[in-house]
Amino acid sequence: MGRIPLSYLLNRLFTLFLTVFIAATLIWIIPRLSPVNPVDVMLGRMASGGGSVENSGAILAQLTERFGLNDPWYVQFWLYIKNTLTFDFGISTASFPTPVASMIAAALPWTLGLMIVSLIITFIIGNLLGALMVWEHTPRLWKVAIPAAMVFTSIPPILSGLLLMYIFSSQLGWFPLNGAYGLNTEPGWSLDFAGSVLYHGFLPAMSIVVVTFGFWALGMRGLMITVQGEDYTILAKAKGLRKRYILYRYMIRNAILPQITAFALKIGMLVAGQVLVERIFAYNGMGKLLYDAILDQDFPVIQGVSFVIILMTAVAVFLVDLIYPFIDPRIRHGA
Amino acid sequence: MSHDNAAAPETAAPDMTGITRKQLKRMRRFDNPWNNPKLIWGIGLLLGIVLLGVLGRFFWDPELVFTGAGMPRQGPVGIENLRGQVGTWAHPLGTDVSGKDILALLIVGAPNSLYVGVLASLIGMSIGIFLGFSAGYTGGRVDDVIRVSSDVMITIPPLLILVVVQASFGDITLTMMAILIAAFVWQSPTRLIRAQVLSMRESGYVQMARLSGASNMHIMFREMLPNLVPYLFGSFIANVTTSIVTAVGLEVLGLGPQRVPTLGRVIYDAISSAALTQNMWWWWGFPTILLGVMFIGLLLINLGLDEVSNPRLRKL
Repeated sequence: MGRIPLSYLLNRLFTLFLTVFIAATLIWIIPRLSPVNPVDVMLGRMASGGGSVENSGAILAQLTERFGLNDPWYVQFWLYIKNTLTFDFGISTASFPTPVASMIAAALPWTLGLMIVSLIITFIIGNLLGALMVWEHTPRLWKVAIPAAMVFTSIPPILSGLLLMYIFSSQLGWFPLNGAYGLNTEPGWSLDFAGSVLYHGFLPAMSIVVVTFGFWALGMRGLMITVQGEDYTILAKAKGLRKRYILYRYMIRNAILPQITAFALKIGMLVAGQVLVERIFAYNGMGKLLYDAILDQDFPVIQGVSFVIILMTAVAVFLVDLIYPFIDPRIRHGA
Repeated sequence: MSHDNAAAPETAAPDMTGITRKQLKRMRRFDNPWNNPKLIWGIGLLLGIVLLGVLGRFFWDPELVFTGAGMPRQGPVGIENLRGQVGTWAHPLGTDVSGKDILALLIVGAPNSLYVGVLASLIGMSIGIFLGFSAGYTGGRVDDVIRVSSDVMITIPPLLILVVVQASFGDITLTMMAILIAAFVWQSPTRLIRAQVLSMRESGYVQMARLSGASNMHIMFREMLPNLVPYLFGSFIANVTTSIVTAVGLEVLGLGPQRVPTLGRVIYDAISSAALTQNMWWWWGFPTILLGVMFIGLLLINLGLDEVSNPRLRKL
């Protein structure tokens, strides 16, 4: 870590903690401003489940005590922050008494897997296509086709997901309609299971890739136009280096750097889009968990999922900030 | 020689390049950066949607958005549904599972989506302009606070906080939703304006204005702001897109306004009633396409504005 000065590291860490703290605070305050009482919701569910509830007054008092709703707000807040930072989000009210943390732990790998795979694919495809839009040796057909494909850029992935799902799952039957793996495959480290996961994950990943690569392509195009006019590119051409070598090692290498910081600005939207895609495809990730929780008014789960996703985003931004000086040796932080 | 002189004015152009005056006028007209095909197409598409919402109400009964307006599960004109009934002109785009007319839902829903987007973006922009100028021009402690808070807020996905808001408060109005979304779209204009103001602060004309005793307000809003107009437009349109995406996202999760028809709500209803497996493609398909057109229009406007403000992009 010799390259990163301590002050810069502390600065980024401070922003990370502030982000997480503010998100946690918002998630805590908002439900408390609402007139809906979680204990009433819980009692209502019990009543609808069992017909009538005996001693409901006593249960109410006990639940209120159990959730600590009689304590002053600062005690509640302190306990909440302490629990949240140790990933203790309480107990799900819909599937009582499963801890929220274990539900999230089960869903998180699916979301992370889908996100990382689709992000890498989009980043590569988007930047390559963006570079080809500017490169003077691109075949003419590509120069027409790429801008045409970019039209889908600003469409949210739910819409592309719906269309792809209709065409490839519902009509053609090439891909499954829902789930993250087949019902008759045993989860485990087998080739069968891996194949099933890839097969089920293909369409959700594609619906994200199709509409997000354009964001990177557009940014890349702007950067490539700048790089194209730089002296070093012209010198490389004058030296007679191979065209592709110039494209990859001179132009893209220099243009790609600001793209990595653009990542930090975009990731929030990407994550939100993916949550919705998971909901459509009934993919076993955080999105489905969140959607089911909304249907069931399962507050601890909603809070837990929101917090974990925000935490993921903040950590990703933090990591990008840290990695950046290693990718771009020209950056010397705080020197 | 005299023969040549007589013939010249009729056939060739009066100037050296051989371009007639008519062609020259055409070129001048097309040289105007605002005369940008992407920009015009984008505005055209959006205007089409606005017109659908405004004029549609005169040609089609908006009351048909309510349950039981027609026979349920009707296909669009000439399309057979699973029961073998063929769609009629009574419901040109078909009906949903409870008999709501899809065309009426589109006519009422599309302007609602645009309204949320534009209102949220307008509020966000106003906050962004105010904070961006304060940070960039004042500097110091004020700058630190604004910079850090926009850095923090830009990482928090609005959808997730809004899910918490909606889940705790239940039903909200369109305007309320727009205001809530606005709380998450001020960061990028703030950052953009701050960066521009920082670089403009030292430029000649600003120093000139300062020397001639102009007030801070005058410098900020009369000298600097007009130079930012293309950026502000671009940022505004990008924010409209973000706001609509967030609003649609909430609606597709079954949140958002419950009593007003919105496009996202129609898609939500379609998905939760298994329209995909029942092959009722018209139910979710038309709102999806309309939203797609809306986003493509917004994107084209944004690309066009980019080309207007950055001449380097125009060659392509």
